[in-house]
Amino acid sequence: MKNTAKTMAMGIFAVACLGQAAAANDLTVVGWGGPHQEGLHAVYWAPFAEANGIKINEETWDGGLGVLRTKIEGGSNTWDIVLTEAPEVAAGCDEGLFEEIDTAAIGGVDRYIPGAVSTCGVGALVWNIMLAYDGDKLAEGPKDWADFFDTTKFPGKRALRNNAKWSLEIALLADGVPADQVYDLLKTPEGVDRAFAKLDTIKADLVFWKSGGQPIEMLAAGDVVMAAAYNGRIFNANRNDGKNFKVVWKDSPYTMDSWVIMKGSPNKDEALKLIEFMGRPENQALMVPYSPYGTTAVGADALVDAALVSQLPTAPENLAVVFHEDATFWNDNGDKLAERWAAWTGTN
Amino acid sequence: MQKARHRLLLLAPLAAFLLVFFAGPIAGLLSKSVREVEVPRALPRTIEALEGWHYGAPLPPAVFTEFASDLVTARENETLAHAARRLNYEIPGLRTTIMRASKKVGAAPEGTRFDSAFFAELDPNLASPEFFAVVQRARGPVSGFYLLSALDLQRDFKGNIEWAPEEYRIYIDVLFRTLLISGSVTLGCILLGFPLAHLLTSVSEKTADWLIVLVLLPFWTSLLVRTAGWVVLLQREGLINKTLIDLGFLAEPLDLIYNRTGVLISMTHVLLPFMILPLYGVLKGIPPLYMKAAASLGAGPITRFFWVYLPLAAPGLVAGGLMVFIQALGYYITPALVGGASDQMLSFFVANYTTDTGNWGMAATLGLIMLILTLVLYAIAQRLSGGRTQLAG
Repeated sequence: MKNTAKTMAMGIFAVACLGQAAAANDLTVVGWGGPHQEGLHAVYWAPFAEANGIKINEETWDGGLGVLRTKIEGGSNTWDIVLTEAPEVAAGCDEGLFEEIDTAAIGGVDRYIPGAVSTCGVGALVWNIMLAYDGDKLAEGPKDWADFFDTTKFPGKRALRNNAKWSLEIALLADGVPADQVYDLLKTPEGVDRAFAKLDTIKADLVFWKSGGQPIEMLAAGDVVMAAAYNGRIFNANRNDGKNFKVVWKDSPYTMDSWVIMKGSPNKDEALKLIEFMGRPENQALMVPYSPYGTTAVGADALVDAALVSQLPTAPENLAVVFHEDATFWNDNGDKLAERWAAWTGTN
Repeated sequence: MQKARHRLLLLAPLAAFLLVFFAGPIAGLLSKSVREVEVPRALPRTIEALEGWHYGAPLPPAVFTEFASDLVTARENETLAHAARRLNYEIPGLRTTIMRASKKVGAAPEGTRFDSAFFAELDPNLASPEFFAVVQRARGPVSGFYLLSALDLQRDFKGNIEWAPEEYRIYIDVLFRTLLISGSVTLGCILLGFPLAHLLTSVSEKTADWLIVLVLLPFWTSLLVRTAGWVVLLQREGLINKTLIDLGFLAEPLDLIYNRTGVLISMTHVLLPFMILPLYGVLKGIPPLYMKAAASLGAGPITRFFWVYLPLAAPGLVAGGLMVFIQALGYYITPALVGGASDQMLSFFVANYTTDTGNWGMAATLGLIMLILTLVLYAIAQRLSGGRTQLAG
């Protein structure tokens, strides 16, 4: 028996990873996983692979420029197309981690909504950080970020993403700064101080989350009275788990993820063809029922059920009131502000 | 002599393996904490032009023309963005400014004078002595930039070491927090593990075997699943709070999760087997006769425990304690899932720098600090236990 126990104990340490090498000419496409990736497979990848007689390897990742840089600089990159967040698209493009996009090959710039096509990226989806609350527990909910900071009107804990990005913007918006002045103010030390001072006012009531599922669990469990959460997660909780979460569109930070082609991809032509396929409005419209992200192809929303469209960040009435993220600001100031954020959250 | 050579030969493959796959990569990674490669690779001529200059003296005019030509070449050979990122660590905003300047210089008509005024118009930062002081400091081949940062220190433009502004100081706090959490978890494991390990030695062999299986059971579940299990138990409407409220012990649910309590509970649970197994191995080796002999000499139960049993159990306690403590130092997933923002340990920052921002210099430096800490603690434990520390039961 003791030997068995020993063997088992050894087994614990003997965890081996089996790498999978992709054959040449296969496309390796990387998304965020979850229901969204299921949609990607069903709507884009499986039909494209069949129509073109190629094999598509599907992988997932959690983001981060460090991962991409390691792949390119380590020389062992096996990824072709990667779904990437806005600041990484810009910084990775500067660093030469991505191929430049040949706009003619993806259907032209005009096919996409403004700002969707950049030097290295093609907009794939639009999403927001929403002020969310449980409609079953709170009949009269918050109306804007100022209410998020109003602990007299809404007593209880609030969940915020454990990140300076978006938290500082939210704080300034709640403090009455007009949306178009938020980043100008954040570029000054006084603006940063003001954001942290605003956050200080509710620090005792803040709970911080890391992964996107957490704020949903916290809301459902009653751990928090309201949360800043990803719009896709809220939508899915309502649709799949019968929740009655409500959201506030006003001033919700809006951002776009893009497809990029990794530098040196041997399948660049195929990759561009797939991105073009994923950029067709009729295809993007099919994606919406899988996960409620905004579309990037002009006219795609018109092909979607109107009830669904009203829940998308790209619905005209929502788009008019959202708050646009400045990816460049975060590439420039993210490192320092992340340190200050960690210092601020670390002291009670 | 012959024998010794044979022994060495037999060890050679393992030694070579360790060197290539363990010592080499670790040394390579840790060297990133002091090496400066980005700026010298991208701006070699600027650095040369700055030779002999020091902050406070007027900038040599040649610096700007050299800087302009570096900007163009570095952009072509794709080294500029890396240098821009490195400089941005010290002066936020430089990243975009430098990339933009490079485009402007590349597009400037022939005969353009690249002087202080040209760059000042782009961004006053680029013509400032502060900027060139930072470039000069990052000229390599080595610098203490990351090491200082990891100790909440920085250099002013003259090169003097000073504290980072108070609202940006984190790492010393995080270091103490890491030690405190690891120490508390170790203590918890000793308090919970010692009675159980003792129980294992006093029941029949067969029962002990079954109990060991129960101790090992959590091992077969992934760390993530076990931690997620604690989330279900500890949350406000979780099993523990619900039961206590239903039984009438509590009126209001307790805050058990997203704070230090949650971290300590789940980390103690996860690491408990590492305490019990070595401890059990040692306790099993203590002959019961010793306790009887002590009793026959008139020692009471408390004297027997503290003067006979505990000293004999010490090697197990030290080994188990060391294993728990050292593993706890590197914990990442559990605090991330059940802790609050003020419960994140050093490895959270290592992970963040490695995968998220890709600041390998900082990641390597924090790793180096953790390695030094572990080695020091190990040495202390060795000394305390008189060199009898063993890392397996």
